Amino acid sequence: MTRPVPPAERSEPDLPGIAAVPGAEVPSAPGEPLLAAHDIAVWFPYGSQLVARLRHEERLLRAVDGVDLEIARGEALALVGESGSGKSTLALALAGLRRADRGEVRFAGRALPARRRRADQRRIQMVFQDPYSSLNPRLTVGGMLRELLRAHSVVPKSRVAEFSRELLALVGLGEEALTAYPRQFSGGQRQRVAIARALALQPDVLVADEPVSALDVSVQATILNLLRDLRAELGLSLLLISHNLAVVRHLCDRVAVMYLGRIIEVAPAEQLFSTPRHPYTRGLLAAIPKLSQVADDTPAAVLGDPPSPLRIPSGCRFRTRCPIAQARCETEDPVLTATPGDPGHRVACHFAFTPLATEAAGERDQQDWP
Amino acid sequence: MSDNVLELRDLNVRIATRRGIVRAVDGVSLEVPRGEAVGLVGESGSGKSMTLRAILGVLPAEARVTSGQILLDGRDLVPLGNAELNHIRGPKMSMIFQEPMSALNPVMRVGRQIAEGPEVHLGYSRSRAAERALELMSRVGIPDPERRFHAYPHEFSGGMRQRVMIAIALSCDPEIILCDEPTTALDVTIQDQILRLLTRLCRESGVSLVFVTHDLPVVAQVCQHLAVMYAGQLVERGDVREVLLDPRHPYTLGLVRSAPDFDYVRESLMPIPGSPPSLIAPPPGCRFHPRCDFAEEDCRVTETPLRMLPGGRATACLHYERCSEAAAADRARP
Amino acid sequence: MPPGEERAQPRGARRWYRQPALVAGLAIIGILVVLAAAAPLITSYNPITQNLNATLLGPGAQHLLGTDQLGRDEFSRLLYGLRNDMRIAFIAVLFPFCIGIVLGSLAGYFGGWVDVIIMRLVDIVFAFPFYVLVIALVFVLGPGERSIYIAITILGWVSYARIIRGEILVAKRQDYVLAAQSGGLSSVSIMGRHLLPNVITQAIIYAMSDIVQDILAIVTLGYFGLGIPPPTPDLGSMINDGQNFMTTHWQLTTIPGLAVVVVGLGLSLIGDGLADLIRPGQS
Repeated sequence: MTRPVPPAERSEPDLPGIAAVPGAEVPSAPGEPLLAAHDIAVWFPYGSQLVARLRHEERLLRAVDGVDLEIARGEALALVGESGSGKSTLALALAGLRRADRGEVRFAGRALPARRRRADQRRIQMVFQDPYSSLNPRLTVGGMLRELLRAHSVVPKSRVAEFSRELLALVGLGEEALTAYPRQFSGGQRQRVAIARALALQPDVLVADEPVSALDVSVQATILNLLRDLRAELGLSLLLISHNLAVVRHLCDRVAVMYLGRIIEVAPAEQLFSTPRHPYTRGLLAAIPKLSQVADDTPAAVLGDPPSPLRIPSGCRFRTRCPIAQARCETEDPVLTATPGDPGHRVACHFAFTPLATEAAGERDQQDWP
Repeated sequence: MSDNVLELRDLNVRIATRRGIVRAVDGVSLEVPRGEAVGLVGESGSGKSMTLRAILGVLPAEARVTSGQILLDGRDLVPLGNAELNHIRGPKMSMIFQEPMSALNPVMRVGRQIAEGPEVHLGYSRSRAAERALELMSRVGIPDPERRFHAYPHEFSGGMRQRVMIAIALSCDPEIILCDEPTTALDVTIQDQILRLLTRLCRESGVSLVFVTHDLPVVAQVCQHLAVMYAGQLVERGDVREVLLDPRHPYTLGLVRSAPDFDYVRESLMPIPGSPPSLIAPPPGCRFHPRCDFAEEDCRVTETPLRMLPGGRATACLHYERCSEAAAADRARP
Repeated sequence: MPPGEERAQPRGARRWYRQPALVAGLAIIGILVVLAAAAPLITSYNPITQNLNATLLGPGAQHLLGTDQLGRDEFSRLLYGLRNDMRIAFIAVLFPFCIGIVLGSLAGYFGGWVDVIIMRLVDIVFAFPFYVLVIALVFVLGPGERSIYIAITILGWVSYARIIRGEILVAKRQDYVLAAQSGGLSSVSIMGRHLLPNVITQAIIYAMSDIVQDILAIVTLGYFGLGIPPPTPDLGSMINDGQNFMTTHWQLTTIPGLAVVVVGLGLSLIGDGLADLIRPGQS
């Protein structure tokens, strides 16, 4: 499940025509990631910039503050974090919907300009969180699909209706949906329409921003299963943004944890869950409510409130809530470093591989997770 | 005086709409023992929020309690008028909501909002009420209470606002606090803090909780008892751990199976097929039968009120043993 | 697979024919439009033909509303006057509508200096009182239909621009717009298919009150002799002509005035009805 699937080996799905990606660019070198981001930063200036300059202040909300990321073909990477972590903004930047103020995004080894060409734009498609605002209320489902299919000439004009039907079948909707308006659908069905729309342009990467958070629990399962099946059938790469680690565990191969605009840990999913190395990750895992949990009032996993993204702490940004913060953490900003002997697992913490961390982890291990 | 601080007896809430009468809450009976937390779980449209509002007496205009009793400390609240209810609401019963920003007055300082309750309901003087507010603020974990007393709600973060709301809820030393999805809008780490806070407060002051949520693991963390609602009715009740590990109603089983649980990664999540029924014309017999894997002939015709089972549990399912077996089979699988 | 129901919006209560204001307004305007359009069929008198032998007759069998000081049939003049004035008003509102919407969309969608320039223009025009400037412009351009269109267009587009810009600023943050951008659709396409249809209703509602404003402007211009040149019947000039005979033949000035009021009422009702239909509880 973790190995990316090269195009030739992809299993033939039920519906021919969907899998074929015309003009697909094979990665320039084996092992080259499909989508890579290097030193991405996205800032939002606020207030009067003139005054800021006069006062030598920086009035910038650093939503994403220097992120490196890679997704291999066919891989499912999760971007996990709480509010203020910048995960949604990063997703928008990767999908080309928000300009990055620094850094670059590469697709199959090729750097993408700030204003993407249409052909590049269709490679990375997005599914949004709110099913009630992600579909144009004035267009029928068929109309939405037709517009996209025609704009990119995905299939010849005569085949548009048929292809639309195939797309809907792929997400489990019947052809009656073609003439229906979004308001006639429930939340779960709308998300399916949104997924069908995202697949219409035959992307290589699907970015899903909290695709199930707005849905009822029993409906979430349908959408999650659908995403998993689509990945397997179409060999899609998936970038899943979620705050729900249980969802992540079901879908993803690798996980990157974000905090205040930076990735602070990235590792294969099971490894992250069994041996987290960053104090924040440990706290996050311990904080997840579990069915097997007992009501208790011992101190919470992560104390205090997250700092405002407008005033990011100096040095390590997690130090204000970290149980093992030292003097060094206040002055030096830790860099994402590979674990000795395990290059796939990287952490941004000065003390990740020291006894200091493992001791603190040891105390927690006993009581908090299975 | 019974051991139950709150008791619902066969509560019925109906909403008059253009299309017909919606049976939002249908024959719900529930007991909340003193000092304990009861979780009320269900998805949207199950009637759980409406039940809370009925208890507090803040139903929307078109809705009405048509029959049944709401006994607070043995006293029936249903026939009471607004004035009398006001008397009771502050001191004995309070509520915390999902969105603190809409529940807090944005133009009133936080300290005053917390102090308001004791002033109005307990007759405290201004200074005494302010003292109490400060005390409550440190109790709920708001740092630097003296300074924060004078702050406005928008100056607080989401988690802190929730703590303010809890402080307000505690201000008159109530016997029971009704919680309507209080942590749904919060980040995981903050949710963890708030849940532990609520657990601690329950233990320290003996206040009872009715905790409404759609999130099963959250219920497990805070409550001792669990009641599951579907289409306006209660379908299962019992000790929280027992109900979650050994569900005796197909809907509960469905909820447990469809929710991604962090600890137990299933091969495939099992969604519940179909969608919730109309509450104007619900299906005959058991309301869940159209979506139920274990449905039989009698499920289509026989009414299914909650039935007591040995061991303090209750279920509305006529064939609960099948469901129990399925759950056991689930657990047996690696 | 039947489309779901759990959150489908109820349409029942908001059927257009159930809105009393809308129905009443449409009825009034409908009747007037029919009358005006069928004017040649309803009355055989030519509104321009003078008959100096039959001046200032009261209402009677021959002339339903009597004649004016030049012997012209008042009823025909009323119908034709309505016809002309309504026609001009409806056309006059179209130019500002289109121009305002286009400029407002550009300003709202692109922001930046495009927005700044357009909005400063809007501010400048808004600084001047509408009627005063319309009258002044027509005076300068010379009375007549063409001048009316020019004047109203120059001054009228700003309201639409502001309304649409505001709506677009909000609408462009919706996820479906992001989705359209993600789909690589052109800006024109996004503005035209995704944004405008969802925001245009506010402009249409405003257009109803704008027509009223325009009709009043046209009538006022006519009153001052700056409107359609005589002898073409025009409600404003009729009011002016008739006022000399207020004491004896009040109908000459009052009836045209009433006609203006009724048109205004009908249009306002339509506007209110539409507003309630689109956003119940907010007009």
